[in-house]
Parts: sequence; C-alpha cells; structure tokens
Amino acid sequence: MILATIKLTINPTRPGHERSSEDVNLVHRQLIRYITLISLGFFLCISFASAVDFKASSPAVTQLKQNIKQRHGQLIPFYDSGAVGLTRDGLIVLRDASVVPLSGRQSVNTLVTAENQDRNALYREIALANNHPEWESNIRSTFAQRWIKWAKPGWWYQQENGSWQKK
Amino acid sequence: MIMTNRNSNLILLMAAGFVVAACVTINIYFPAAAAEKVADKIIDEVWQADDEADGREQPREKSGNDTRNNKIDNKPDKTRP
Repeated sequence: MILATIKLTINPTRPGHERSSEDVNLVHRQLIRYITLISLGFFLCISFASAVDFKASSPAVTQLKQNIKQRHGQLIPFYDSGAVGLTRDGLIVLRDASVVPLSGRQSVNTLVTAENQDRNALYREIALANNHPEWESNIRSTFAQRWIKWAKPGWWYQQENGSWQKK
Repeated sequence: MIMTNRNSNLILLMAAGFVVAACVTINIYFPAAAAEKVADKIIDEVWQADDEADGREQPREKSGNDTRNNKIDNKPDKTRP
C-alpha cells in the first residue's frame, strides 16, 4: 500500500515537466505525512484490539456468583455420592436419584433447578457484560470444560458423547 | 500535483478502510483463552468453600475484584484441589 502511494506520488503529473527540488520536497513531506497517518492507524488498531478484553464482572454476575457459591456447600454431598453430575453443557443434573434418601429428593431437585437457572443466567450475563450476547454458547462450552476440569475426584461428569464418567 | 493528491488520498482512504475492517474482524472472534481464564477464576471463587466449612461464606473477596475493575488478571489459578 505504501509502495503504491510512493509510486503514484512521485510520478510526474505533466509530461515534460521537470521536477524541481521544491516539488520533490513537497512530495517527500506528503509521503511522510501519509506514512505517519497509516502507522498511527495501525498502532491505534493494535491498542484497540488489545484493549478489547474479556470481561466477567457486572452487578448481575457478582450476584449470581454469590448465589452459586452459597449453594455449592449444599451440593457437595450430592456430587460426592454421584447423585448429581456435571453435564457437558455446563449445567448439573440429578443423574442417580436412587442414592438420595426419599426425604431428600425434593430438596436436591430444588437445588439442581436453582443451580441451573443461575448457571444459565451467569453465561448470559457474562456475554452481555462483553456486549456480545452471541458469545453465550461459547462461554457455556468453556465453562462446561472448566467445571469438569476442576471437579474433585469421585464426582461424575458427562463426556462429549453423552456417557457418564467418574472422575 | 492535484491528480496525484487525489490518488494518494484515495489510497489513504482505502488503507484506513482496511485498518478499520481488520479491527472489526479482530473484535468479533470469541477470545477463547481469555474466557478460559475468566471461567477458572469464577470457578475458583464459587467452589473455594470445598475444603472449608460447607456453605459458610468466605470473606475472601479481593478489593480489586469488584465491578470497577473488571479486567481479568493473568495470574494462573494454581490453588484448586
């Protein structure tokens, strides 16, 4: 691009017209101006691109994290027993109700539903915090992988093909 | 010189157009690596009660972790079990 500019700029515009040193000076000054402008544009672009960061905070996200954090303590026994597992789409599910005493099934169902609501909202809110609502599914799959990665040994998780695996 | 100026301006305009297009292109891709770091940070925060008392709230919120400072920090989370 710059080379093309140089070529066009140094072409004499009138046939037979001898380029004077003043003309050459003018051309040089113009060239320097253009090159400076273009490099400035590139630098601005680079700084803009690096400033576009991934955000994870908004009042809604903070609230959701708080909810999930408070609920987690109640869910741990169910993760440990294998009653609740981590799904491949970043949620949790009651995968084996038989290990939960009858009296506790209602409460575990409530916990799972509430947890999934908060997790879905979390993915949506992070996407919104980044002004990219269309990123929600990417965020969901990222979280799905990371929840599983950080799951404790003995917890159950769903593999990509849908089958369940004990960690 | 006038013609040359016009040509140069056109080229400059095109160059600027390319720069803007490049910026937009960079911006629309999902930053997977950054998202992974953010996910790790959040999971660390919400699952940190694992090894401590169940359900008890941990006052471990860092002051730089509020809504005003919403950029990710690049510290790797090595403290997870």
